[in-house]
Amino acid sequence: MTEILALQGVSKSYGSLLVTDNLTLALNQGEALGIIGPNGAGKTTMFNLISGNVQPDQGFVHFLGREISRLAPAARCKAGIGRTYQIPHPFGGMTVFENLLVGAMFGAGLPESAGAKLAMGVLETTGLAAKANKLAGGLTLLDRKRLELAKALATSPKLLLLDEIGGGLTEHEVHDLIGIIKSIRASGVAIIWIEHVVHALLAVVDRLAVINFGRLLAEGEPAAVMANPEVQAVYLGVEAA
Amino acid sequence: MHSSPKLQLALQLLGLAVCAGAAIAAAAMPWWSARYTEQWTIEFLYTLALAQGWNLLAGYGGLLSVGQQAFIGVGGYLIVAIAVMGGLNPFVVVPIAGVACTVLAIPMAALLFRLRGPNFAVGTWVVAEVLRLVISNIDAVGGGSGTSITDALIGIPVWWRMSTTLWIALALGAGGTLIVYALLRSRLGLALTAVRDSEAAAASLGVSVTRVKWIVYLAAACWAGMTGALIFITKLRVAPDAAFSIDWMSTTFFVVVIGGIGTIEGPIIGTLVFFVLRGLLADYGSWYLVALGVIAIVFVLFIPKGVAGLLQDLTGASMFPVQRRAPR
Repeated sequence: MTEILALQGVSKSYGSLLVTDNLTLALNQGEALGIIGPNGAGKTTMFNLISGNVQPDQGFVHFLGREISRLAPAARCKAGIGRTYQIPHPFGGMTVFENLLVGAMFGAGLPESAGAKLAMGVLETTGLAAKANKLAGGLTLLDRKRLELAKALATSPKLLLLDEIGGGLTEHEVHDLIGIIKSIRASGVAIIWIEHVVHALLAVVDRLAVINFGRLLAEGEPAAVMANPEVQAVYLGVEAA
Repeated sequence: MHSSPKLQLALQLLGLAVCAGAAIAAAAMPWWSARYTEQWTIEFLYTLALAQGWNLLAGYGGLLSVGQQAFIGVGGYLIVAIAVMGGLNPFVVVPIAGVACTVLAIPMAALLFRLRGPNFAVGTWVVAEVLRLVISNIDAVGGGSGTSITDALIGIPVWWRMSTTLWIALALGAGGTLIVYALLRSRLGLALTAVRDSEAAAASLGVSVTRVKWIVYLAAACWAGMTGALIFITKLRVAPDAAFSIDWMSTTFFVVVIGGIGTIEGPIIGTLVFFVLRGLLADYGSWYLVALGVIAIVFVLFIPKGVAGLLQDLTGASMFPVQRRAPR
C-alpha cells in the first residue's frame, strides 16, 4: 500500500508549552487510524498541523509524497485533505446545500452544476437531504455534526480528519454515525479520527494511536494498544502495576 | 423561518419595481425636481455608495476598517491636483480617483493585512491620519486650511453640474448596490458569504481567504475613492480635516449597523433611516448625535442583524436573494 500522509518529527510549541513533541506518524491510502488521548494531549493541534491551520516549528508533513508543511489550509484542502472541527463551524447564514457547495466548488474545484450534484449526493449519504434548503444556523447539534462531516466530504477528500465528530451524541446517533463513516471508508477515503467515544472508534479503525503530552505513547493494532498498561494508566485512569 | 416561494417572489418583484422606479425617477430629477431635493438625493446616493463598500468590506470580508476616509480624502484631493491645478474636467477625475485609490490600496493592504482584528481597525485609522497629516503639510494644495475647487467648476453650467453629479452619484450608489448584488450571486460571492460566516471553515473548504480579502479591500478602496472625488465636487472646498474625517466612517457604521450588516438591503434601509432621522432631529442640535448614538447602541445590543435581518427573520424572504436552492 502507498503512503498518503507522513508526519516526520513534527513539533509545535506555544511559548514554553510544547503541544506537539517530535511526532512521527504515517498513514496508508484507504487506512483508518483512530487517535485517543487525554484532553489537552495535543490531538487537535496534530490535526491543525495536518490541515494547515497551524504550521510546525520543526519537522515535515508529507501528503501523497509532496511536502506540505508550509502550505495554507485552502491549498491543503484542494490537495485532498478534508477536515471537520470539534466545535462545528457551520456557515450559519447559508443553507445546508450552500455550505456543501462551498466545499464542492472551492475544495473539489468543480463548476457550479457539477458541484451541486456532488453536494446533493453527500447530503443523501449524511442524511441531510431533507434539510438542504434550511439555514445551517438553525440546525440541531446532531445535524451540525453531520453538516461538519458533509462539508468535508463535499471537498472530495482523499484523507478525512474527523475531530470528535461523535461527541455529545446519543448512543443511537453514534450508531448512525458509525454507519456513515464505514461507508466513507468503503469508498476508499483514508480517515484519521479523534474520538473519546472509544467503542465507536474501535468499530471503524484498523489502527489506534495514543497521544499524551504531544507525544506518541503507543500505536498499533487497536486491541493491543488498549491492553497496553501504560495506555490504561494515562488514558483510562487504571494504575499500572 | 420557512420562506414561502410566493412571498419570496412577490417581495423580490416589489423590490425590483421599487428600486428600478426610484432609479429612473432619480435619473430624471434634473427635469422635474427642485434643486434642494436633487441635492438631498445626491447625498443619499453617495452615503449609500460608501455604505455598500464598507458593508462588502466589513460585513462580508470581515475587514473592519475604520479608515476608508483615507480613500475619500485622496479622492477629494485628486480633484484639487488634477482638476483645479491640472485643468481637467472634475467629473473625469472621478474614475481616475477610483483607479488611483485601487493602486494606493495595494501597498496599504500589504501592510494592514499583517494586522488582525482590532489591530487592523486601528491600523486603517492610523494610515488615514498619516495621509491627513501629509496633505496638511503640502502648501501647494492649501496646507491645513485646504483649498477651494470652484475654479475647476467654472465654465460648467449649473444645470449640467448638478445633473452630472446626480448621475454619477446614481452610478455609485445604485450601480454599486447592483454590482455587490451581482458579485454575491457569482462564484466569488459564495466564497465571500462563507468567509463572512466562518473564516476558518471557509479556508478548510478550499477558499483562499486572503485572496478574497484582497479583492474586497481593493474594490472598497476604488469605490470610496470615486465617491470621495464626487463628494468634494458637491462641497466645492477640500480641507484635510474634513476630507480625512472619521465622521465619514461613523455615518457609514450607523447606516450599515441599523440597516443590517452583511445584507444588500441593509445599507439601503440604513441610509433611508439615517436621512429620515436627520430630518426629524435637525432642530435639536447636538442632541441629534446623542440620539443616533443611543439608537446605534440599542441595535448593536438587541438587533445585531439590523432592520434587514429582522425583516428576513420575520418573513423568511429577501428582496435581493443570493441563496442558491438545492436542485430537484
